[in-house]
Amino acid sequence: MSTAAAPALDDHDHDHHAGPSPGLIRWLVTTNHKDIGTLYLLFSLTMFFVGGAMALVIRAELFQPGLQIVNPHFFNQMTTLHALVMIFGAVMPAFVGLANWLLPMMIGAPDMALPRMNNWSFWIMPFAFTLLLSTLFQAGGGPAGGWTLYPPLALQTGNAFPFVILAIHMMGISSIMGAINVIATILNLRAPGMTLMKMPLFVWTWLITAFLLIAVMPVLAGSVTMLLTDKYFGTSFFNAGGGGDPVMFQHIFWFFGHPEVYIMILPAFGVVSQIIPTFARKPLFGYASMVYATSSIAFLSFIVWGHHMFTVGMPLAGELFYMYATMLIAVPTGVKVFNWVSTMWRGAMTFETPMLFAIAFVILFTIGGFSGLMLAIAPADFQYQDTYFVVAHFHYVLVPGAVFSIMAAVYYWLPKWTGHMYNERLGKIHFWLSVVGVNVLFFPQHFLGLAGMPRRIPDYALQFTEFNMISTVGAFLFGFSQLLFLYNVVQTIRGGAKATDQVWEGAHGLEWTLPSPPPYHTFTTAPEVK
Amino acid sequence: MTTSRIAQAGAIATGGALLAWSAVAHADFALNMTPGATAISHEVYGLHMLIFWICVVIGVVVFGVMFWSIYHHRKSRGVVPAQFHESTLIEILWTVVPMLILIIMAVPATKTLIRMADARDAELTIKVTGYQWRWHYQYLNENLGFFSTLSTPQAQIHNDAAKGEHYLLEVDQRLVVPVGKKIRVLTTASDVIHSWWVPALALKKDAIPGFINESWTLIDKPGIYRGQCAELCGKDHGFMPIVVEAVPEAEFQQWVATMKASKLNTLTASGGKTL
Repeated sequence: MSTAAAPALDDHDHDHHAGPSPGLIRWLVTTNHKDIGTLYLLFSLTMFFVGGAMALVIRAELFQPGLQIVNPHFFNQMTTLHALVMIFGAVMPAFVGLANWLLPMMIGAPDMALPRMNNWSFWIMPFAFTLLLSTLFQAGGGPAGGWTLYPPLALQTGNAFPFVILAIHMMGISSIMGAINVIATILNLRAPGMTLMKMPLFVWTWLITAFLLIAVMPVLAGSVTMLLTDKYFGTSFFNAGGGGDPVMFQHIFWFFGHPEVYIMILPAFGVVSQIIPTFARKPLFGYASMVYATSSIAFLSFIVWGHHMFTVGMPLAGELFYMYATMLIAVPTGVKVFNWVSTMWRGAMTFETPMLFAIAFVILFTIGGFSGLMLAIAPADFQYQDTYFVVAHFHYVLVPGAVFSIMAAVYYWLPKWTGHMYNERLGKIHFWLSVVGVNVLFFPQHFLGLAGMPRRIPDYALQFTEFNMISTVGAFLFGFSQLLFLYNVVQTIRGGAKATDQVWEGAHGLEWTLPSPPPYHTFTTAPEVK
Repeated sequence: MTTSRIAQAGAIATGGALLAWSAVAHADFALNMTPGATAISHEVYGLHMLIFWICVVIGVVVFGVMFWSIYHHRKSRGVVPAQFHESTLIEILWTVVPMLILIIMAVPATKTLIRMADARDAELTIKVTGYQWRWHYQYLNENLGFFSTLSTPQAQIHNDAAKGEHYLLEVDQRLVVPVGKKIRVLTTASDVIHSWWVPALALKKDAIPGFINESWTLIDKPGIYRGQCAELCGKDHGFMPIVVEAVPEAEFQQWVATMKASKLNTLTASGGKTL
């Protein structure tokens, strides 16, 4: 590894990398992994509130039966954009931000391997989302055919359509560049002695996630390009009238879409696997089996896409295959949950905010896993498919799953990043309001789905009224609670009690050997890992 | 019983006591899937409940261990953390045991799926075509076809009138079918993808332009079964319900005769359309 030679060159380095550029230009031209990590995280937080506002429009309309606030077409734009913004704008960039901040500090590298590309992959994002959100102000409105963009419906989108496709292409390019950077960094810049099987789990899960990204983002790009040519250039990839097949789009889309689900959850597994040992003061129970379980989940993610399409009329053999393959995912996922619980077992636990979020993650993600197992059973899935049961399922794995892990990560590493302790009391209030809000919001949606309420409808039959009301109350509670998070983060950046270098009593890993906050350039001399 | 337990599990796991309260306070809250009106829908309901209870048991065990640990193994009680980790035996155990549980689930699921796929020997075939935003039904054995459109008045949707009992789940022309006969349902669409779903029949099949999907049902009890389009199909996706009315054979024949003569029949010589 070339980093082994770094100590000899150390004297020269100081002149070239003194510090950040002055003023606002710093954020535009930066190639520093910490700066870019911060940019990603702030962008993600902004998009979290934008997508959240859209969710509140949806929930407000669904508070009562009848059409009150928005018309059905705008409602469909909200559901479509809420998903695109939350997936590509909030969750994915948050994990890339965490990767930027943490990977170099965890493996003892001076920076990401490809710093200029790193800058570019971030700065594509604001333009992509400006394009995407500008569609709301165009004649005919934004995309309203669902984030899955199923043709022929998606082809009925107006002038917004090419904007959406181009925005998705840009997000894809950004993700692929980010993923290349992650792989190059992890494989090339580890400190001497940091063997693959010594890497922190967050690094492992991101390495695997990056391979998933590289494998599937081009598939998404291909599928949306075919949509574009179907609409504007007379091709018939998905048009049965021209010899195409609308279902083929779904196959291609979900070949991307299912690994995408794990792209949003594997780094979360990594975060939680860092946090639980720290606050249990006990090593992770099965490090190696966690690595193998993550790899198995990644592999399985490529062969289960058909479970999104049980009702499209696949042959029996296809349905049986996808049912069995999907059920198999429960095994490595179970291994992960059992490992987390065993790590807590006979530890000496304390419950600071990151640990609270991590514990809530384990419980609520597992509930999402249970409903996932139920959805895998094809004959039962015919009843669940496209109902609120599915909505409840994927929000359980994405909100108290992925989003809670991101919040846990922010509380956990924020003292390291800023050098200030956050307000613990406020953090705990934020946690409890969030955990109550999220369950009041999503738990009743299981009942709605089982009772027969389809998803993506702006108005509903009277028997669904009560649970929709409860869900909406939960949505506003959860949504507004996040302002506490924003306030706490801003206050911690501005000041607060000085954080120690170790920050948490039970924390292990290279990042905790650095000062809090770490200097602009860290590990210019590679640390020795034993 | 079942329903309040679901609510309790949620509330205990989350501290959201609101749910438990609401489940108890209002008996008319629909919490669960219904067993439905066909042999298949009963099987599906049974599967659903089987998997649900397996999940509940696993959840109680895993979360039980976790809460025990959270209560007893906390630093404030002065415990010294153990340092054990890695055990191949335990890792193998918690891989193999879930595999066995999955096999137990897969066996009945496979049987039901095979039965659902067997549409042979149907006595009646109905072609269902999805349109933006209404359904067309064609009885292939008869010279009969008609559209079925939402009949809820716009005034109710826009809150200018009180909402009726079957708000959004009522149509001008019901799909009338005989009880006790195996009915083959062919689904397709003329514009975008729709999905024909009647929960009580455990029948949901996508209606895809250019393709025909096959499924079947056999309804035991006369009754009215309501459903909705289940695949986003544009702005009025929420406003294209399905109403199936199952009647005795004699009544069905009478209805067919009346409908054939009616001007609603889009397949008569005067209508001239072939859909």
